[in-house]
Amino acid sequence: MALARQDTNVKRRDASGPGQAERFPIVSMVLLALTFIGMMISIWMIFLYAPTDAIEGDAQRIFYFHLPSAIIGMLSLGIVALGGIVYLWKKDERWDWVARAAAELGTVFLTFALITGSIWGRTTWGTWWTWDARLTTTLILWFIYIGYLMLRSYMGRTPASARAGAVLAIIGLIDVPIIYESVNWWRTLHPQAVLPLGSSPQLPLEMLLTLVVAFITFTLLFSFLMVQLYQLEKMQTLAQQLRASVE
Amino acid sequence: MIFFEQVIAILWKDIRYELRSKQMWAGMGLFALLVLVIFNFAFDLRVDNRAAVAPGALWVSFVFASMLGLGRTIAAEREKGSMDRLLLCPVDRKAIYLAKLLGNMLFIGVVEIVALPIFAALFNVPLLLGPLLPIVLLGTLGIAAVGTLFSAMAAATRARELLLPILVFPLIVPIVIAAVRATGTLMVPVSNEPPWLGLMVAFDVIFLSISMLTFQYIVEE
Repeated sequence: MALARQDTNVKRRDASGPGQAERFPIVSMVLLALTFIGMMISIWMIFLYAPTDAIEGDAQRIFYFHLPSAIIGMLSLGIVALGGIVYLWKKDERWDWVARAAAELGTVFLTFALITGSIWGRTTWGTWWTWDARLTTTLILWFIYIGYLMLRSYMGRTPASARAGAVLAIIGLIDVPIIYESVNWWRTLHPQAVLPLGSSPQLPLEMLLTLVVAFITFTLLFSFLMVQLYQLEKMQTLAQQLRASVE
Repeated sequence: MIFFEQVIAILWKDIRYELRSKQMWAGMGLFALLVLVIFNFAFDLRVDNRAAVAPGALWVSFVFASMLGLGRTIAAEREKGSMDRLLLCPVDRKAIYLAKLLGNMLFIGVVEIVALPIFAALFNVPLLLGPLLPIVLLGTLGIAAVGTLFSAMAAATRARELLLPILVFPLIVPIVIAAVRATGTLMVPVSNEPPWLGLMVAFDVIFLSISMLTFQYIVEE
């Protein structure tokens, strides 16, 4: 019976396949073009338009890369959990592809944020790492992402794997604020001169504008990669089902 | 009421199983003690740094020992194929989760009861069992609540011994911080300490309810 269901699944996707296959490249092309334009503008704005920070110097420009990738990397866990919840509710495989793609992208963006943040911290704080609440929470979130990807890769492409991933993402999403609060409390006992990570409120207009453009660019890049990864997940699942139906 | 009868029936089955084998209890207890001994060498515990290091050593040994115990309960069921039979029984999945959680807490608890007096003797710390009891209980509940859920997940994979700590350690960070801090405050009272017990209660309530609700998705085939 399981085989029969797989067969119908494969056929159903074949039937709906061509229409989607024609639509998606257009979306991808538009996103790719927008991302490219955004990147060019961002790079120009970050290195030429934005004024050099009086205290931090040129190192401050890392921030335009660091902040958007960190925020998107964190929000990505929300997409993973959302995809997981809808998957558990509707039992629709496509939501699991969304969750999986978002988890992979979230890991990449968060890794980038950790590396750029570390480089920035070295030049500004004089240390690669400090156990500040925000940094620690980001690192633990990164571990949760890695755990998610490891779990999914060990369990393979099965409904059980999708359900386990959904549960992990939901628990992780609820846990992140609690982790932040606990690390924050823990750190308050060790007074250390940690600068607030957020920029000062009186950010010059040019800097704010650059940050907004960089943020939009990173969001476009995320969307573009998301569409690609979703398609990849879809094709991998299809390939596995075809292989299973042959064997 | 039938719900609690089911919980107790499954729990009693697990207790009898462990009582007959006995290896697990002795192994976990010895492991916890060995971690304490290793910590003694690693940090060179003396009078001046004892208050800072001892709570951490205690909780690290508890967390490591719990991982050993947690990894076993559901994996043993799967190995022998009894998990499928358990799932075939007309039992609420929540009852299975609760029974496994209580069983895990009991096994970890036994290890802790053995390790605590020896910890107090080895490290020469004034151990007030009364105030320490709620901390140990809440901490163990938090570790076991998340750990039981994820041990069911990890048991379905080839690399369960590796995967379980990788999944559980990041999630129990708040519990570890709160338990270590609260234990430390017992040894050296500090004013203006954040409400660690409150954090542990909140963590336990949140993750106990979510784990109970989501356990069914993990064990279903």
